[in-house]
Amino acid sequence: MKLHLKKYFKNNTEAAPLAVFRVFFGIMMFLSVVRFWSYGWIEKLYVQPKFFFSYYGFEFVQPIGHLTYVIFALCGLSAIFVALGYKYRLAILLFFLSFTYIELMDKTTYLNHYYFISVLSFLMIFLPANAYYSFDAKRKGISFQKIPQWTIDSIKLLLIIVYLYAGLAKLNSDWLVNAMPLKIWLPSKYDIPVLGYLMHQEWIHYFFSYSGAIYDLSIPFLLMYKRTRVFAFMLVVIFHILTRVLFPIGMFPYVMIVSTLVFFDSNFHHRVLKVLSRIFRIRKHFFDSGKTLKFKPRQKEIVLSFLSLFFVIQLFLPFRYLLYPGELFWTEEGYRFSWRVMLMEKAGYANFKIVDGKTGKRFYVDNDDFLTSFQQKQMATQPDFILQYAHFLKEHFENDGHQNVEVYVESYVALNGRLSSQYIDPTVDLGKQKESFKHKNWIIPFKDEIKGL
Amino acid sequence: MKKFLLSILTAVLFLSACSSGDDNEEQVTGKDAFDRKGMLINIADNIVMPAYHNFASDMAVLKTTTADFVASANVNTLLNLRSAWSEAYITWQTVSMYEIGKAEELSYRNFMNVYPTNTTGIEANISAGSYDLTTVSQQDEQGFAALDYLINGLSDTNTGTIEFYVDSSDGAKYKKYLTDLVERMDILTTTVVADWTNGYRDTFVANNGSSATSSLDKLVNDFIFHYEKHLRAGKIGIPAGVFTTETFDNKVEAFYKGDLSKTLFNANLSAMQDLFNGKHYASTTTGASFSSYLDFLNTIKNGEDLSQIINDQFDLSRSKASSLNEDFSDQVKTNNTPMLETFDELQKNVVFLKVDMLQAFSVRVDFVDADGD
Repeated sequence: MKLHLKKYFKNNTEAAPLAVFRVFFGIMMFLSVVRFWSYGWIEKLYVQPKFFFSYYGFEFVQPIGHLTYVIFALCGLSAIFVALGYKYRLAILLFFLSFTYIELMDKTTYLNHYYFISVLSFLMIFLPANAYYSFDAKRKGISFQKIPQWTIDSIKLLLIIVYLYAGLAKLNSDWLVNAMPLKIWLPSKYDIPVLGYLMHQEWIHYFFSYSGAIYDLSIPFLLMYKRTRVFAFMLVVIFHILTRVLFPIGMFPYVMIVSTLVFFDSNFHHRVLKVLSRIFRIRKHFFDSGKTLKFKPRQKEIVLSFLSLFFVIQLFLPFRYLLYPGELFWTEEGYRFSWRVMLMEKAGYANFKIVDGKTGKRFYVDNDDFLTSFQQKQMATQPDFILQYAHFLKEHFENDGHQNVEVYVESYVALNGRLSSQYIDPTVDLGKQKESFKHKNWIIPFKDEIKGL
Repeated sequence: MKKFLLSILTAVLFLSACSSGDDNEEQVTGKDAFDRKGMLINIADNIVMPAYHNFASDMAVLKTTTADFVASANVNTLLNLRSAWSEAYITWQTVSMYEIGKAEELSYRNFMNVYPTNTTGIEANISAGSYDLTTVSQQDEQGFAALDYLINGLSDTNTGTIEFYVDSSDGAKYKKYLTDLVERMDILTTTVVADWTNGYRDTFVANNGSSATSSLDKLVNDFIFHYEKHLRAGKIGIPAGVFTTETFDNKVEAFYKGDLSKTLFNANLSAMQDLFNGKHYASTTTGASFSSYLDFLNTIKNGEDLSQIINDQFDLSRSKASSLNEDFSDQVKTNNTPMLETFDELQKNVVFLKVDMLQAFSVRVDFVDADGD
């Protein structure tokens, strides 16, 4: 086994798949930034709001007013440099930093897809994606046609984890037994072309639930084997097109479709590059040097141990929820960063009450005074948001001259079509509660049971 | 390879063709097991438009009685004017929640019914004799609440009120302001009603998609917004001091008239419930509505009977409010507890409407990327 591994890490492979991946990734990311900008979302999500929800420990990451646009510009620009493979290492590092900074500014906008981009771009910092078919190679006058096998495989491994974990997360009673939340989401899509009339059919809800779970669990394997690869890729395209049509998930489907191309063998990627070369009049044969990129032993050792640690974290992080009591979907303790995609329809309402601890005088807060409607929606169903907002309110009203400020919340949450029920203990002064990784015992336990992973 | 690229290209084209509906109004091609268009037709033809027509004719009466009073200010014409004002104000409660189409464009509600009114501003306008009622900064000096001050608030007695209008130096100015206010309300109303009659009704009914700009999404959002801000908070919560540390007996609706605030509240509460149930205006017939849509969706997911729960909560709020004084201002001053209790009952339906009903309808609050996690 050990010998086997040792041999594996000595294997080399064509660099073309990684180069193609780099080019498409850069272009996709650039388009994502352009799209985000053109919708006015920078203004709406990061400039206009008065208050931002921070990740625990990252409170210092805040939007910087109109300069936030500069961060986005930097992000878009570095994405282009990644695509070109020009000063790649610096470009991908800047991309990772700017993109992650953007994501950390306000967790209201958290999406697994954004997390995926952060993780992937972090991984790419360590990969020789500019060894072949890049401006860097051209500049330095040396192109490596072959690179270590494990560099490309690390991207495949990440994709496998994403799909597999997304599939495992679907193995729960709400998804499989009740076809929830698709039973809520699909009927409202009655007006999409062609498929609209199907969206009210119960069998369709179950069909989508089951095929979604089977797809996620099987696609990594279907992509790995040459015989099933083309079929698998067709499934990838169909699946992501459907999700794009049915749900507002932006660029993610395109990113996934393009990413899975990395599973194809190098002949395919060489052909892609030939087409690109013809269009842009690039002399591809310069890059086809037959040379092999070799890491220095020490360097290889460091990168490999680092990436091993990275993947161990990736494998275990999604299971951290097991350390918390209560229903994961309800408390959301350990929910993020776990590839739990589209599993819940959760809606909530949180009415905050400011009480003078001495006199008992009280009044309710109008959330519109502090939060955008999108922030209110996210805040109302997630305890860490509720707590951070409560702390903000306490500080705000203390600065306004109110005395003995205590903050209580009357909140209700409905999960996957169940009738709403009270969410946070209304008798707990949230101003006194501290944020931590510990279980929040002021969350009222879930009344029902969801079986499964 | 070519085949491959071709299939991707086709896929992307298909994708963009299908998803263009996110940003635009879309036309419906698929069949719909629940007749959403029928629901919009029912709401437009049997609820919204009859209510608007009724309100427009009440406004016409208000305009005539104002003209009569201005022509000859006496106790008789004053009492006629007051009763026309009360009538119109009550009918207003059946149209105030439709901040959609022309009404939204004109900011109709804010020009018709902001309270408390700004009496200092009104007096300043009257003595200046010139003002631009179309500016947003003048919203507090016009509408039903300003009229309330002009016909009920100037004096405790009828003759005292009339004296303001027959005064040799300022009487004409008061008459002009009164006339201008009513004229402005009438123009706004006829504009909104004309728009519904001349085309908007069809636009409203045709926009039966599921995007954030579709009629249903807008109507549902308006409904909840009105319930929360104007019914729950405006009529009860704010005077009862729910959002502040003190009570405001002067922030009730129809403050100067006094004994009308409960009637207005009840009228609005019933109008909201009737809209929810698709009950035809001034009739007992019901048609397709939020309520029947909830029932339909429930046949898919077999959940709790949400429409019943919401209706029960409407009824509970009404019965809780029945113990209130006709004059909410008095109620706040003498015993605020029943006001707070009424607020609590109203509050419970905010949860059912905003959390449970919105979830069931799967109405989107905003157009941003979200994957439901």
